[in-house]
Amino acid sequence: MAVVPDPAGATPRILVFSTINISDPGIDLAGSRHLEYPATVQTMAVPCSSGLKPSWLIHALESGFEGVFVASDGEECAYLPDCAERTAAIISRAQAIMSERGIPASRLKMAALCSVCAEPFANYMREFSATLLALRPTAAVA
Amino acid sequence: MSQPDEPTTGGTERRIGVYICHCGGNISDYVDVEAVREALKDEPGVVVSESPVFACSDGTQHDMIDDIRAQHLDGLVVASCSPKLHQVTFRNVAKRADLNQYAYTQVNVREQDSWAHQHDRAGATEKAIGLVRAGVAKTRLSDPLEPLRIDTVPSALVVGGGVAGLRAAIGLADLGIQAVVVEREATLGGWVGRLGATFPDDTSGADEIAGLVEQIKARRDITVYTSAELTGKSGTFGNYAAELTLHRDDGDKVLTVGVGAIIVATGFDSYLPDVGEFGYGIDGVVTLPEFKELVDAAPSGQLSYAGRRVRSIAYVYCVGSRQPAGGNEYCSKYCCTATIHASLQVARLDASVRQYHLYRDIRAYGRNELLYNSSREAGSTYLKFADDQPPAVAKLAGGGLGVTVTDLLTESRELTIPVDLVVLVTGMVPRENAGLTAVLKLPVGSDGFFNEIHPKLRPVETVVDGVMIAGCCQSPRTVGESVAAGLAAVAQSAALLKKGYAELEPLVATVDPARCIGSGECLTSCPYDAITRIEWDGRSIASVDPATCKGCGGCVPACGQDAIDLLGYTDAQMRAAIEGLIAAEPVKEAVS
Repeated sequence: MAVVPDPAGATPRILVFSTINISDPGIDLAGSRHLEYPATVQTMAVPCSSGLKPSWLIHALESGFEGVFVASDGEECAYLPDCAERTAAIISRAQAIMSERGIPASRLKMAALCSVCAEPFANYMREFSATLLALRPTAAVA
Repeated sequence: MSQPDEPTTGGTERRIGVYICHCGGNISDYVDVEAVREALKDEPGVVVSESPVFACSDGTQHDMIDDIRAQHLDGLVVASCSPKLHQVTFRNVAKRADLNQYAYTQVNVREQDSWAHQHDRAGATEKAIGLVRAGVAKTRLSDPLEPLRIDTVPSALVVGGGVAGLRAAIGLADLGIQAVVVEREATLGGWVGRLGATFPDDTSGADEIAGLVEQIKARRDITVYTSAELTGKSGTFGNYAAELTLHRDDGDKVLTVGVGAIIVATGFDSYLPDVGEFGYGIDGVVTLPEFKELVDAAPSGQLSYAGRRVRSIAYVYCVGSRQPAGGNEYCSKYCCTATIHASLQVARLDASVRQYHLYRDIRAYGRNELLYNSSREAGSTYLKFADDQPPAVAKLAGGGLGVTVTDLLTESRELTIPVDLVVLVTGMVPRENAGLTAVLKLPVGSDGFFNEIHPKLRPVETVVDGVMIAGCCQSPRTVGESVAAGLAAVAQSAALLKKGYAELEPLVATVDPARCIGSGECLTSCPYDAITRIEWDGRSIASVDPATCKGCGGCVPACGQDAIDLLGYTDAQMRAAIEGLIAAEPVKEAVS
């Protein structure tokens, strides 16, 4: 599916934190299969989503990204058996800080993404982009 | 290649070379590579910016080396394909030019940019600028790191004396690596050693194990300990001290062996149904392993159970497998074919035995499909039941057993089949290995089996350096697949041990002693016990052992003082990279 070019910056900018061994290869595969998603989606890979600091997620949101998406290993994490719980706790901590700063919790999303989850990733990005667009003030959309 | 000139500071101490690859047209057809180069050339710290047609070509690699030397570069960024393809290539370029290999950053502008945004050239170009800018930002803050060099000993421990472990031991010895096998049971061979004919070729499992044991007995470079367990491990990868406890009649004996690598091949347990589950506990209802033992021991011409001749059998598939959430959700994948094969054995013993296979789905994959066809030709009847309508097994009033099933393939009629024997086709479950798991710090998945780093790309390695897993301790598999995994672990062990030394990634956690207040929050966050308390400047603080740390970073967010950094992903690098990503402005097409 082709994504309509949007060079005017009207498409929300999304930062994806991926994991080197599991979710980043899934995002690679989305590209290898030419599954298109908005070009305003950018990715940073880390070894494990349990190593993300809540302050990094907040920093991204306060630096200009409209949304942050954590593509975690879920139950496939080779490092930590409780990775999903740890990452969820990091998201909760970040959302608590976001709440204090008036940032809607829905700007931060987490989902497990496997190394062959190409289509789910492209779908997540299109859906998250639409969600973020709906969060914009009406005047900005118009 | 840029022309040598006098070093300039450019307002920063770093001198970074940036190469944006065309990848033929794979990148440049969809990304304005020249616009990216133009946007980056004046970035702080960037003193070389090039856009080669193929960054990975020999010629470009030589140009990079020349640039690094001529321009006194202390950082390198290549924007090209996925790091999975060429990170090692360009790290080697850095090494060849005497540049620290960890001052190199690969930026993925192909799989994660040009190939994903083929209808948005401006967007893909803007994205590339942000990605490369983030890579430069990370490189600007990179520290020179050196791999941790560990001397290795040419020996390996194999935990588990089943078919995968025994074959692995022979493979290790063939490559000049001393092998030590430790087996918890009193005899070698595991499940396969107790089997008669096995699929796909009817070879006797017991005979195959006997053959392996004979080979091992004839070799001086393999030592075997039975009734023995691995009960402790100290030291580091490449030279572990493995503590073995030998259970002997006159008491336990403990000995320590030095090994460079450990291959875990501890196998599986068979699912044991609860009493009443599909009639288990009723006389005449047996599991697949119990049935196989019966068939293997049967004299020619007749199959009997408890002294009674068996004239009819019902096989109930998927018992203990593919259960709803919370149970064993996985498929054990060997049991369909093992059952079909056993039914062919029965047909050869006594062709008059009526055999009914009650199944959800038959997964006799690959050439095992031929066995399925053969069993049908030999007279087996297959009846398919729905997932939510499993068969019921009961004792019939007139004697014998009755299996009631709704057959989806005959107008969903409910049938009650009278049979002499019911075989519950049970799958594999993870073996109880709590002690071993604790000793080796092995990661266990939600299904209870050990987790490899990556099921396809690194299928026998674990995050514990030098510890490999092989066979059914990873997941259900066939004998051939288990042996293949064992030999893969042999190859991986040899790759680690034959050089005499190994290098570990230095991208590990590190504690800032000045910031650490010794709260201990991080201590429980590491399942590998890489963090300990030390005395520093009269205070108790945390310290990370770089040889034990796996580099996951799980301790980083646990520290309330921001005193822990993961090298390569430090707080400063991550923040700078985020700022680099967002800084890109919409771009105009470069004039070429």
